[in-house]
Amino acid sequence: MLIPTGAIFVAMLLFAVFVFAIGQSPLDVFGLLYEGAFGSGFSWQNSLLSASPLILTGLAVAIPAQAGMVIIGGEGALALGALGAAVAGAALGGLPPLLAQFGILLAGALVGAFWIGLSGWLRNYRGVNETISSLLLSYIGIALLNFFVEGPLKDPASLNKPSTAPISAADMIGNLPGLEVHYGLVIGALCALFAWFILRFTTIGFALQTVGGNPRASQMAGLRVNRWVVGAAAAGGAAAGLAGAIEVAAVQGAANSSVVAGYGYAGILVAFIARQNPLAVIPVAILLGGINAAGGMLQRRLDMPDATVLVLQGIVFVVILTSDTLTGRFRARKQPEAALAASTTAAIATTITTDGGEQT
Amino acid sequence: MTGTTAAIGWWGVPLEILAGAIRVSTPFLLVSLGECITEKSGRINLGLEGVLIMGAMSGYGASLYTGSPWLGVVAAGIVGALFGLLHGVLCSLRRVNDIAIGISIMMLGTGLAFFLGKPLIQPQAPVLPAIPFGFWSSSPQIQSALQINPLFLAGVALAVALHFAFRHTRWGMQLRIVGDSEDAARALGYQVIPVRIRATMIGGFLAGTGGAFLSLYYPGSWNEGLSSGQGIIAVALVIFARWEPLRCLWASLLFGGAGALGPALQAMGITSGYYLLNAAPYVLTLGILIATCAPNRKISGAPGELSLVRQ
Repeated sequence: MLIPTGAIFVAMLLFAVFVFAIGQSPLDVFGLLYEGAFGSGFSWQNSLLSASPLILTGLAVAIPAQAGMVIIGGEGALALGALGAAVAGAALGGLPPLLAQFGILLAGALVGAFWIGLSGWLRNYRGVNETISSLLLSYIGIALLNFFVEGPLKDPASLNKPSTAPISAADMIGNLPGLEVHYGLVIGALCALFAWFILRFTTIGFALQTVGGNPRASQMAGLRVNRWVVGAAAAGGAAAGLAGAIEVAAVQGAANSSVVAGYGYAGILVAFIARQNPLAVIPVAILLGGINAAGGMLQRRLDMPDATVLVLQGIVFVVILTSDTLTGRFRARKQPEAALAASTTAAIATTITTDGGEQT
Repeated sequence: MTGTTAAIGWWGVPLEILAGAIRVSTPFLLVSLGECITEKSGRINLGLEGVLIMGAMSGYGASLYTGSPWLGVVAAGIVGALFGLLHGVLCSLRRVNDIAIGISIMMLGTGLAFFLGKPLIQPQAPVLPAIPFGFWSSSPQIQSALQINPLFLAGVALAVALHFAFRHTRWGMQLRIVGDSEDAARALGYQVIPVRIRATMIGGFLAGTGGAFLSLYYPGSWNEGLSSGQGIIAVALVIFARWEPLRCLWASLLFGGAGALGPALQAMGITSGYYLLNAAPYVLTLGILIATCAPNRKISGAPGELSLVRQ
């Protein structure tokens, strides 16, 4: 806790220097940033709204990371998840709203799971590096979204911005009671909690981290490494696809190019700053969402360009990621997780296999 | 249709695509050669997108205030090299992840460029001249197609030079050894970290000049929508080229050609499939990876220390 807090402080200091250098008062800027991000109920709602997709795209990176993968293709899985959700929305139009909503979200998650699961599959069965393949698949996914939205699935009524046919208003995901924040935030937070619980308290999480720590030893101990890797990639993809589905069902109302807004890339940072911990993804996403939301305030009150928040985010992330180097320098070094997993792999994996959990 | 168009008829289409490919491919070429050098040293800089945009902005600004577009290119390169230095130094610290730092530098560069570039959107800076290789022809179409920017020629020359340098110079050997095996490099007495920092700086320099090409030649103005992801596409391109400078050249032309084909087809009234065409290079890259990879084997040609390919 000490290191990230210190890092944010250092980042703020650097940003203050930047603000001072361009002739604004750092104190005014910080005051407005706080006001715009977390200073009132209204700004909290804006921050939570921006945080909502980031929780899920953060999970898209953090879950596969448990199995030792670096997946950076969340943007494409999100795009295709949005497309899948829009198609499902059109197909499920007649159903009771709750059922239709469930179908829409499920469709998005499934499409996303397939897309990133493909990266995991390619890694296992063809030896293609998952970072590269997920990046390439991401571009392909975005291109597919654009193709379908401007081609076969284009709603003729959408003139200015080509979109798919809108899902019916009754099937839209509404806001939390009394708030301007849609249920997507709750869904995202529940997913993060669920992932954290599974990873922390079940043999599934244990097995996954064992596979991430030392695939060969896991194999020797009877874990089906391939399945775990593909499964973790698919679970991450499902999170990104779900983010896309929520963008469609709660914000845009249809799939269009607006869903490709960089949430996938921002999610990579969220996951790295949260140290791939699904629970920590939530506050990091809210912090990032808050900085995003405060941008408008700086623009309106101080006439600073909206890019100011990008500068701040860039500085914050560079400093926080750099502060990783300090981990473990202030206290007795913990054994690195990977090494720990490797050294105890045999014992753990044997336990799991004798439990019979892996034999099915 | 004018007389001259009729004179060369349908030949106008491939000519237009060729000219477009050269124009569109130049930033790809410069950024990918830079990324190739960085990756050869065993690091990946995903932040080149931000460096490219920063280069575009600072190059445009320098050209506006000094009146010389070439000084703009130099300024863009220097700014790019500074960002490369930042990436190189930070990633030399223990436990700092180069992929994550790259993405945060992409954000920082983009943010700074948009921020500092606000006053540059309106004024028109002097732009780079082109060499008229079509002087022999009376057809204005051929003349305009053969307007080639010196930066493209510099990129081609650099690709050839790097192809040679990686194999036959001390610098190239050192770079490859550092990128392939840290242990081997240390055993030979090379300083791994300085080599990597230099390689990342050169990569940043080239990405910066690639950005200057965008703002000072084609499309030739500064605005926030200037880059369409060339910096991050170049990363895929280097993989496609399997870390070979000459293949980077062909790959850039291919990616550029695919980018130029879309508008050319659109001009002919063929609009469907435009986006699929744009995705073709990625599908091709993935296809090549699937075909050449096998379980328990690295992508052929990949530097051994590259975090991207370490399993």
